[in-house]
Amino acid sequence: MSIVHVILAIPALAALLLALLPSYRLAARVNVAASVLTLFASLVPFIRRPDTTPFLLIDDFNIYLVALTAFVACTTSLFSARYIVHEVEIGRLVPRYLRYYHAMYQAFVLTMLLALTANNLGTLWVAIEGATLTTVLMVGLYRTHAALEAAWKYFILCGVGIALALFGTILMYLAAEPVMGEGLLAMTWSELLPHAAQFNPALLNLAFVFLLVGYGTKVGLAPLHAWLPDAHAEGPTPISAVLSGLLLNVALYSVLRFKMLLAANPLAVAPGPLMVTMGLSSLLLASFMLYRRRDIKRFFAYSSIEHMGIITFAFGMGGPLANFAGLLHMTMHSLTKSAIFYAVGHVSQIKGTQRIADIRGLTSSQPVLGWALVLGVVAIAGLPPFGVFMSEFLVLTTSFARAPLLAALVLAGLLVGFGALVLRLQGLAFGEGTGGEKASSVALLPAFLHLILVLTAGIYLPGPLVSWFQTVAKLLG
Amino acid sequence: MPVLANLTYDTAHLLDAGMLVLSFALLYQRRLFGVLKIYAMQAVLLAAAAAWQAHAQDAPQLYITAATALVFKGAVIPIALHRIIVRLDIHRAIETALGIGPTLVVGVALVSLSILLVLPVTAASAALTRESLASALSIVLLGLLMMITRRNAVSQVVGFMSLENGLILAAVGVKGMPLVVELSIAFEVMVAFIIFGIFFFHIRERFDTLDVHDIERFRGERS
Repeated sequence: MSIVHVILAIPALAALLLALLPSYRLAARVNVAASVLTLFASLVPFIRRPDTTPFLLIDDFNIYLVALTAFVACTTSLFSARYIVHEVEIGRLVPRYLRYYHAMYQAFVLTMLLALTANNLGTLWVAIEGATLTTVLMVGLYRTHAALEAAWKYFILCGVGIALALFGTILMYLAAEPVMGEGLLAMTWSELLPHAAQFNPALLNLAFVFLLVGYGTKVGLAPLHAWLPDAHAEGPTPISAVLSGLLLNVALYSVLRFKMLLAANPLAVAPGPLMVTMGLSSLLLASFMLYRRRDIKRFFAYSSIEHMGIITFAFGMGGPLANFAGLLHMTMHSLTKSAIFYAVGHVSQIKGTQRIADIRGLTSSQPVLGWALVLGVVAIAGLPPFGVFMSEFLVLTTSFARAPLLAALVLAGLLVGFGALVLRLQGLAFGEGTGGEKASSVALLPAFLHLILVLTAGIYLPGPLVSWFQTVAKLLG
Repeated sequence: MPVLANLTYDTAHLLDAGMLVLSFALLYQRRLFGVLKIYAMQAVLLAAAAAWQAHAQDAPQLYITAATALVFKGAVIPIALHRIIVRLDIHRAIETALGIGPTLVVGVALVSLSILLVLPVTAASAALTRESLASALSIVLLGLLMMITRRNAVSQVVGFMSLENGLILAAVGVKGMPLVVELSIAFEVMVAFIIFGIFFFHIRERFDTLDVHDIERFRGERS
């Protein structure tokens, strides 16, 4: 039994246990404990790399994403423990639903980790599928009109996405089969990569289009993003945090795995232009849409679309530097956006509303919480000295050198998005405090922990981390 | 040339074509019970196609796929949906979707598109695989079209499930595809169905209608 099995077994067992626990307070503690254990287990591969098996794989690419996923899942479980107590107190959630909620939370973490460590294309697909099922249940948890509509839309759109991805997977097997023979090997990622150069390029291209559109739906790329704002806004806030912080990353990771196969085949069409187009359109669309949002969680959900657009654009440009920027941005966005959602979760609980217009002057009424939100927004807007600035700067400089016109469009998108963030931040954070003041205990440790990491990365990236990003950036081609 | 020169190929082709015709029937059928019947027939054909592929490829594990398709999609799911429709009293609902003519024209265009897409890139594969894959992609796209043109939640779900029929047809048509995939699909259909079931009851509780158009009035972005 290798460490990967342990990493997967902890959330699996925790999910089973949590489904049986009646007390939600105890369940919240078990949830935190399981997440902490998973985090520790996820660090072990750094010391001793487990062997690649036909089904599970830890390589340079996913090792850091596994750790990042376990980390965000862990801090979110801390935030969630505090968050749900308040939701139960005000009667928005009943303890019966929370049993579902906690079990589904761990099941979701399991699917994320399985998708990351899967060495088999079929397993990857099943994991992403499982992630959809578990999160649908959580998005619809409040059972309001809006929550059910959001869950329905999420399920239908992502169901179609998943279906297209499966078709792409079948085509990928069809491309591999003549070269590698029938059977499991032709679906094993670590075996596919060395042979990818001999695959039928036309079939590879077709497969990639289906995979990009399919998994791209889960990344929230325009024009398939419609589920994302609703799912973020109507579900419990810890779910918004893990959707933005984990799910989008993992979906993008799956696309990148296939991109590597295409990059290894000299005759296949370059996957870059497709990804650049989708990334750029997501960025531009989302940054303009930011101005019309009245709901605070919806607002930040559009910001997630914007950032996934930037990341997809960076990977689409390709090359060591752009890939480096993309990887860095993936990490920074995941940390920053989940920190913002932690703060937003408490804000909407205290004010009793998610309407931006009803939330004013947070820094005077709730100084610590208010400033946490301000710092988060400043970070996500891409201002120095935070890490997001560095990755966005890298994306821009590398694309200005290679495609000035595209870079100008990215810059325009970034500035438009920046304007919206500053505009809304002013109202939210400064001026006279308004809105309700419901008592709520806040857990801001997770938010500040994330922001400190993002700040540190912006000032000083440790050497080992840099060399690692560089190795992976080279792998991505 | 003898009439049955290539029985394997001809039978598979016939079954694929049958499924495709039923996909078209789904597109123009307005009554919900009718939609369910056609879906069940398509599932039975899928089971036959999977069984035939199991025989032709000498891959006994595909019989399992055929059996699950026959039992779950051919019987259990249509019967359960039938009950839901009766209980919710929506069987009289005549849907107002895109007109029949335009829908069928788009459908034909989609079939041509998938043939044009699949046949050139699979030139190296066996003829059986190529034809199956082209039909499968057509069924997938027609299922998608049905989901787009229908407003009633039940028929959207049927569109989704018919799309999955196409996917399974593709998976069984590809020679030697590992069992993992078929099992996962069968599993997924079950889970998806449970989830859909839960959804129906919630939607019923809250909205008293299954018309997705009505749900969309409750968009969260209201001021």
